[in-house]
Amino acid sequence: MKSFDGRVLFLDRSDINTDEIIPARYLTEISRDALAPCLLEDLKLKGFDPATDIAGKRVIVTRANFGCGSSREHAPWALEGNGINLVVGESFARIFRQNMFNCGMMAVELPADTIDRLFSAFAGHATTVETNVDGGTITFSADGLKEVIPFSISGFDANLVTAGGWVEYADAKF
Amino acid sequence: MGKTIAQKIFDEHRVGTPDTDVHVIRLDAVFCHEITTPPAIVDLERRGKDRVFDPTRIKVVIDHVSPAKDSKTALQGKILRDWARRHGIVDFFDIGANGVCHALFPEKGFVRPGYTVIMGDSHTCTHGAFGAFAAGVGTTDLEVGILKGVCAFKTPDTIRINITGNLPQGVFAKDVILSIIGRIGVDGATNKVIEFAGPVVAAMDMESRMTLCNMAVEAGGTCGICAPDRVTVDYLWPFIKDDYHSPEAALAAFNRYRPDADAAYDRTIDHDVSSLAPMVTFGFRPDNVKPVSEMTGTPVDQVYIGSCTNGRISDLRIAARVLAGKRVNDTVRAIVSPATPKVYRQALEEGLVKTFMDAGVCFTNPTCGACLGMSNGVLAGGEVCAATTNRNFNGRMGKGGMVHLMSPATAAATAIAGSIANSPLFKGKEHEII
Repeated sequence: MKSFDGRVLFLDRSDINTDEIIPARYLTEISRDALAPCLLEDLKLKGFDPATDIAGKRVIVTRANFGCGSSREHAPWALEGNGINLVVGESFARIFRQNMFNCGMMAVELPADTIDRLFSAFAGHATTVETNVDGGTITFSADGLKEVIPFSISGFDANLVTAGGWVEYADAKF
Repeated sequence: MGKTIAQKIFDEHRVGTPDTDVHVIRLDAVFCHEITTPPAIVDLERRGKDRVFDPTRIKVVIDHVSPAKDSKTALQGKILRDWARRHGIVDFFDIGANGVCHALFPEKGFVRPGYTVIMGDSHTCTHGAFGAFAAGVGTTDLEVGILKGVCAFKTPDTIRINITGNLPQGVFAKDVILSIIGRIGVDGATNKVIEFAGPVVAAMDMESRMTLCNMAVEAGGTCGICAPDRVTVDYLWPFIKDDYHSPEAALAAFNRYRPDADAAYDRTIDHDVSSLAPMVTFGFRPDNVKPVSEMTGTPVDQVYIGSCTNGRISDLRIAARVLAGKRVNDTVRAIVSPATPKVYRQALEEGLVKTFMDAGVCFTNPTCGACLGMSNGVLAGGEVCAATTNRNFNGRMGKGGMVHLMSPATAAATAIAGSIANSPLFKGKEHEII
């Protein structure tokens, strides 16, 4: 199973699309590793600079409809290449969400008021998370502040996370 | 309780329910192109699973960057080509026969009512125009589709959109779908199927229905879908005439994919288009839409007519009608890219290519190219493009560039004016919006 722990990158905008996550001009790469330096290069978000803001981050916390647009699985791959295996948001576009779990990564949905609270309490602080996949909790910590957030994913999605993705699971079952 | 189209298709294709809200369905077709398929091929090789579930159900095209623009895109084509040959995939469309996947595959008769189709491309929802369940997926789902011929989906809850009224002259399917996305928003249909229904859809030809369904994903929809009818049968007849003794018999068979009168919808929307004006996007989201009249005079650097949304022959005919005898403005460069070789040939035979060239348009080979900023008309930073494509995301057609989405008629009129303009085909009131 992949790691879902580490420092948090807060992206305070809804509808961040996969063209922003990884622009199409990089889709000519066959190697997944080549995508990592291009992550979020076209993100339109005031104050965000991919050159300085991504390094060392392991988790993204964002708003609604993250990953809309193109089906490109290059988006999760570019995240994974930067060690980011967990995105927490209010909601996700269908294909992006499925791609995350298909890669053994996680796209975790939380209620809008919980996301609001996380932004107001933790954004702007050096925040880290620890994820307990089996127990269904994500613990946010920063500057002495700690909050344990419960989450749930389906049994099917949990199987994909445990199996490390959909290919072996599907080949064995169907 | 009755069933929606997608529920009926799922019931015929379900092979497993590994969780309460997960349906594994059997696939009738897996479509492949050179951007998202090579990583699946490489991964299957790495896993020692370089197999295909059925070479006759896998259809392959090189379309996104064609001809190859550099060594990397040439390698993507080579991986796909070698793989198709290795597995005996007969329906492989290379240079000379290739075109934009969502225009080419319907033209070949590869999509039928009741089919299940996936492709590693979000605009796969286009094929729902034939009464099929067709969904864009990522590379891993595609990989499993290639290997096992199955894919997992959530329960296909459906939004029904009844398109009613009389579509005014000079207002097209593109304007209708832009107005719908503007109304329900970029995540208005996330995890849902959109059934497009009502008298306006019934009166549309297949190309217009494909334009409608193509942009379902811009509202987050899994698939856009139109109930099969006589229009569907007539389009498909050359491909199905050996399977049914008459079009009436085919229609009778396809009727089982029409929704039940008491089908359970997640939501039903009545969308009256009687007073709809031509629409255009502003900003960087496909739900940022306005009537063209409110954007008139906005300067553009490039006009692009093509793509899986609006690169079919009916689109080129409309654009040519507007451009006939006119000249592209000196301040603008205009590109028309027919979606398939068949469209290219028709445009030649009907004299449309001459019309375009006389107007000063660059007429290119079929490719996805500029729509996603990969080739064939990429923008420079700060440039603005009036495009008949489907996405106006930041940088979509080139880093730092901006896109206004519109119909081919509006794009052609914009090419002449040098700035966003309504076409003379539209004679309605300029300021009405639903």
